[in-house]
Amino acid sequence: MKRWAPWIAAAFAALLLPHLFASGFGLSLLNRMGIAIVFALSFNMLLGQGGMLDFGHAIMLGFGGFLAMHAMRLAGLGWFIPTPLLPLVGAAGGLASALLTGWIATRRDRTAFAMITLGLAELVVAVVLMFPSVFGGEEGINGDRSDGPAILGFDFGSQMQVYHVVAVWTWISALLMWRTTLTPLGRLANAVRDNPERVGFLGYDPARVRFRVYVLSGLFAGIAGGLQAINDEIMTSGNIGSEASGAVLLMTFIGGIGTFWGPILGAVLIVLLQVALGTLTDAWQLYSGLLFVAMVVWAPGGLAGILLAHAPVMRAGRLGQLVGHYLRLIPGFALALAGVAGLSELAFRLEAIRGGASTGRIMGLAIDATAAWPWLVAAVLFLAGAALLNRTFPQARAAWQAAAQ
Amino acid sequence: MEQGLLVVLNGLVYGLLLFMLSSGLTLIVGMMGVLNLAHASFYMLGAYLAYSISTVVGFWPALVLAPLAVGVIGALVERYGLRPVHRHGHVAELLFTFGLAFVIGEIVPLIWGRLPVPYRVPAVLDVPLFALAGTAYPAYRLFMMLISLAMFCALFAALAKTRLGLVVRAALTHPDMVAMLGHDVPRVFTLVFGAGCALAGLAGVIAGNAFTTEPGMARSLGAIVFAVVVMGGLGSLSGALVASLLIGLVQTVSIGLDLPFYKALSALGITVDVGGRLHDLWLLSVNRAAPVVPYLLLVLVLATRPRGLLGSRSA
Repeated sequence: MKRWAPWIAAAFAALLLPHLFASGFGLSLLNRMGIAIVFALSFNMLLGQGGMLDFGHAIMLGFGGFLAMHAMRLAGLGWFIPTPLLPLVGAAGGLASALLTGWIATRRDRTAFAMITLGLAELVVAVVLMFPSVFGGEEGINGDRSDGPAILGFDFGSQMQVYHVVAVWTWISALLMWRTTLTPLGRLANAVRDNPERVGFLGYDPARVRFRVYVLSGLFAGIAGGLQAINDEIMTSGNIGSEASGAVLLMTFIGGIGTFWGPILGAVLIVLLQVALGTLTDAWQLYSGLLFVAMVVWAPGGLAGILLAHAPVMRAGRLGQLVGHYLRLIPGFALALAGVAGLSELAFRLEAIRGGASTGRIMGLAIDATAAWPWLVAAVLFLAGAALLNRTFPQARAAWQAAAQ
Repeated sequence: MEQGLLVVLNGLVYGLLLFMLSSGLTLIVGMMGVLNLAHASFYMLGAYLAYSISTVVGFWPALVLAPLAVGVIGALVERYGLRPVHRHGHVAELLFTFGLAFVIGEIVPLIWGRLPVPYRVPAVLDVPLFALAGTAYPAYRLFMMLISLAMFCALFAALAKTRLGLVVRAALTHPDMVAMLGHDVPRVFTLVFGAGCALAGLAGVIAGNAFTTEPGMARSLGAIVFAVVVMGGLGSLSGALVASLLIGLVQTVSIGLDLPFYKALSALGITVDVGGRLHDLWLLSVNRAAPVVPYLLLVLVLATRPRGLLGSRSA
């Protein structure tokens, strides 16, 4: 019962959320989060659980999405294809493309696997652009989700109805992916990640284990693709290319690849960051890139890893000892962050001014980016923050180590 | 005939340029086992820095200063970014260079804008050298070729004749033994990484004004350079040279072929139904299909012959 508690709680949260954020903006945010969660979890089946770094994961989402989009268009021609079942069509598309690319890529592991998927990502985009009658060329193809047959009076045109489709599929997919980690195949995938040679000696073919995990992951990526087709009502070559693959890598890693729930955290955070910062500044991609690099260097376990590191401290009831030390980190972080943000905002503003914009405002303040002093202030802020962190961070780490003993 | 010579010359210039990128990358991959995904980003940095420096002091100082600056940036990245990540394994290193490429790709348009910058060929070299098939052949192309060739002679000489080159070559195959003999292998790594980045930067300096200097230039070249390195065989300089020239020629030749497949096939005696289901494919011209070739080679070589053309070890 205890194992199922998070899933029941998630189901209740999914029922409650649309009423808390009932605006069109809130719902579109929730929809994008659901799609990102399924996609990131399917990505982590490979990277976190199977040790496969896939630079072409969006291929499977893309094929699923394009197939679902064609099904949606067929529904517009009178075929009986209910909109809520389009993710199943997507799953078939993801599965089919995974059979093909996985057959090539999973023969190898680690760096070679990553390089093959890198090549596949470029290859597939180039091929997709060559077949405009199937993939719509640069413009992509679009459809209308309310064309499908109405079910119980729902035509799935409204955001709220789409939310419920996304929520149900996200819940089912996440549950199935979690169950997969507990199956023999899931355990074998962990073993292949940690020591493929030993798995080989035990009588299992590591390449075959990788292939099966890859195909399963493709199926779930295809579901995400189907959901995206429903939500966006358009699929383009951009959804299939290396930038989309890079985005899912970023969110999964930032969330944390060492746990099952880490990618969920990452997907929610990155979609929030994208939307929250996207309206405030043009630099959100730079910020998520910097966050990613910082995570790779300092916190390879991601956000989930940081949280998990405090579980033993909490069990020992010593979390209170750390609060003071962590509070002392805040000024350094805040200063450094303000410095980085200031520098990039100034650079963006300067670029806009060169492009002919007026001096304008930065974060609501009247700052002239062509003058030298704002740059100096931002640089000093950053250096002061870095210097502070350089003093306080080792102390905080020592305190954590003492508390975790 | 003259048309053919022109295409071959252009292919040669492009191939040598690819080699300038792939020679550095293949040394880095061979020594450290790290596929530096940000390598083409250093090429882009070279072009942009050369543009900025040349607006202040002119092209010739930029030709020296920009690659040096890129080399220093590369060495710093290796020392303070890549080395701490090294203990987390190869996948972490790959992730780091991926993140680096992403961040550089965001910072460059931040500083220099999203549109191409007016980085121009110096006036002295902006003259036609000779005419071939009615087209003037620019002197700058010859200059590019000379710079590349001079660079390779210097690189080969440094690797073959100097003591440091000896250590580098030994570290390519037997890093543990070299460390055992008392050489500071991590420092050699930093040096090779910096030098590789400087080479990529130099390629950017001389290619940025011949082609265009824009934020997409790293992305379009990056995957091709990986294809070259993998095809030649990881760590093999001669393999990288052969693969660079091959891909350079294939791409340049095919770009000139504005010929739909169905016509190419009918020349071979095969007729196809152009109106049928595959009409996209038959109407596709050879020059639009050509960009796929390097990626196809990358995937096929990795899947079937991981040693590459002339390599001795697997990817």
